[in-house]
Amino acid sequence: MKFSRKTLGIPYALFLVLFVVLPLLVLFFYAFTNGQGQFTLRNLTGFFTDPNALGTLLYSFAIAAVTTIVCLALAYPTAYILAMSPLKNKSVIVMIFVMPMWINFSLRITAMKEILTFLEGNLSMYPFLNSVLGMTYDFLPFMILPIYTTISRLDGALREAAMDLGSDEKRTFLTITLPLSVPGIISGVSMVFLPAMTNYVVLDMLNNSTYIMGSLIGSCFAAYNWHAGSMIALILLGLICLFTLLSGSGEDENNRGGALL
Amino acid sequence: METKNIIELKHVTRSFEDGFSAVTDFNLEVRRGEFVTFLGPSGCGKTTTLRMIAGFDLPTSGEILLNGKSITDLPPYRRPINTVFQRYALFPHMNIFDNIAYGLKQKKTPKDVIARKVQKVLALVDLEGFERRNVSTLSGGQQQRIAIARALVNEPEILLLDEPLGALDLKMRQEMQYELKDMHDKLGITFIYVTHDQEEALTMSDKIVVMNEGRVQQIGTPEDIYNEPVNAFVADFIGESNIFNGIMTGKFRARFGGGEFACVDDVPEGTHITAVVRPEDIEITAPEKGIVQGIVSNVIFKGMHYEITVEAGKNEYTIQSTKNAVTGSHVGLAVEPDGIHIMLAEDHTNVFFADINRDFRLEYNGHKLDTSVTKIIAGSRRLEDGSLIDAQGDPIDLNRTRIQIEIQPEDIEMTDEQDVGLVQGNISNLIYQGDHYSYVIQTDTEQDFIVYDEDLWNMGDRVSLIMPLEKMKFTYVRKK
Repeated sequence: MKFSRKTLGIPYALFLVLFVVLPLLVLFFYAFTNGQGQFTLRNLTGFFTDPNALGTLLYSFAIAAVTTIVCLALAYPTAYILAMSPLKNKSVIVMIFVMPMWINFSLRITAMKEILTFLEGNLSMYPFLNSVLGMTYDFLPFMILPIYTTISRLDGALREAAMDLGSDEKRTFLTITLPLSVPGIISGVSMVFLPAMTNYVVLDMLNNSTYIMGSLIGSCFAAYNWHAGSMIALILLGLICLFTLLSGSGEDENNRGGALL
Repeated sequence: METKNIIELKHVTRSFEDGFSAVTDFNLEVRRGEFVTFLGPSGCGKTTTLRMIAGFDLPTSGEILLNGKSITDLPPYRRPINTVFQRYALFPHMNIFDNIAYGLKQKKTPKDVIARKVQKVLALVDLEGFERRNVSTLSGGQQQRIAIARALVNEPEILLLDEPLGALDLKMRQEMQYELKDMHDKLGITFIYVTHDQEEALTMSDKIVVMNEGRVQQIGTPEDIYNEPVNAFVADFIGESNIFNGIMTGKFRARFGGGEFACVDDVPEGTHITAVVRPEDIEITAPEKGIVQGIVSNVIFKGMHYEITVEAGKNEYTIQSTKNAVTGSHVGLAVEPDGIHIMLAEDHTNVFFADINRDFRLEYNGHKLDTSVTKIIAGSRRLEDGSLIDAQGDPIDLNRTRIQIEIQPEDIEMTDEQDVGLVQGNISNLIYQGDHYSYVIQTDTEQDFIVYDEDLWNMGDRVSLIMPLEKMKFTYVRKK
């Protein structure tokens, strides 16, 4: 059997078809049909007229936004200080920040739960706060890593040139370092915001009974309502595509590969 | 007080914790409007010195004065100095206009003034109309000119250039050299330029500072440096040279390179000298008409001239001539007296210190030397209790005494058999000196030794140094 590029590509093509294309087609099918198999847009309109569904969307959005902002606020200074420091084994310290990801997620959230219960007494008293804390803890490495990578790859001569032309450290940061670190920020944000919108496990484990998008889909499927559930999933997919398109227009050739994990 | 010197560096040193000194005791005065070049091989400290003037590096000791006032502690953004970086460092997220205007914006210059100044400087570098272009769409030469424009638009008192032409091809480089010189003459700004290319330095500078291993070797005009190098390093680095060790044999006469030459330097008879003869100053003639005779061993065509190698006995001469020569032919070599530059031979005596072990015998690098302290300090002797007294009976404090050993480069023998000599090391430098090579050996004891050897060894070779005891000169040194 000749190992040309075409033959080597067959396993991957198969994988793509079976696990990406087909499921997507199924999703589309169910989203735009009703119980009798007829084409309908009722699922779409139904979602946007259902106050519960819209409320869930808003709540998910709020949690995701706050989580992203908190992550950014914590990760940027950390990544910046680390990237600028003259330490020799910086990559080891970065590893330390990334290592929590290797530990089982449920274990980490349970640990967080214990700490929060100790601090708050009753978890149900601060559902929103707890959810944000839980998600931040989970997603922080995803924000630190791309920002760190982008900043540490910046040419030091650019900062020197800025200072040479009259900028002090603060102006140099605002006019040079910050704008050039934006690709890292975008990468980090897209890796935090979108999962944060759907990750209902965190809410569940921290006794937050409010529904977010993930839980909504789950409840639809639990009631065997494939159509509504598929439509919600599709709406989420649409949002993701929209976001990627918008952030993609901010990228240019130089930053394409470097910012991603 | 208005001083003539726009920049002065006084005893500037930059050293690091591990003892390495990038720049040592750098002294320089630059007059307003001069074009000064720091010239030297990689790692000689020229870029470090430039960075200290710019403010990116702080001297460990010494002062930097601008118009008489110390700027040693000023950060770069407070110095009226602008830098053109080696790899341009243009801001990728701004277009050309914003790049150039950056410095002016920091100074809160009004918008119309900025626009006018940017226009003017773009015209100066011949890139009008490029305002909206993105940095990545420019060629290397164009980026270089934008970098220069970005620095010049701020009208600095001093412009620093760190090997700015390094990344350009030869033709572009030569063009830019003329353009830079032109800009300098038109603007009247002081230029401080760093390069390792001696041709560049000779073309553009009013004054050249030749550096090696962190120290200034010579400061002078291009003609001075070329015609009257002050030591073998400068002679070797600038232009091609033939360097010979020799001796003065009379008034205006010197013997070196296998012959006796008339020269124009008045050095006393009997002085050890180093003679420098430029390849273009040697004439190939018939054997009987030459001061030295030899055989042509090699001829290479170099476009502008032929490079001809002639072996005259133990000596090798490199000659540049527009006339061809036949390999293997017998020739005579003649030099006009003013084509010979005489320098005083540098004292290359190796000096190092020996340890005194418990038996009061001398040791170096773990090897015992067959002599003892008592032999070196005349009249001294050991007492029963193990202490040492001198001829007058006063005790000698071994913590305050040192035994100094001196040995000449020609008395040390190099061998590649390890561990047979007193110390081992690697060849870190070599210069051909007519009838032998002068090697610098960096040894395991962190001491550099200079060794003369007739054979050609390679850079980095590991050698062992054999030093005969009878060639060593011992001196008893009392520390204060």
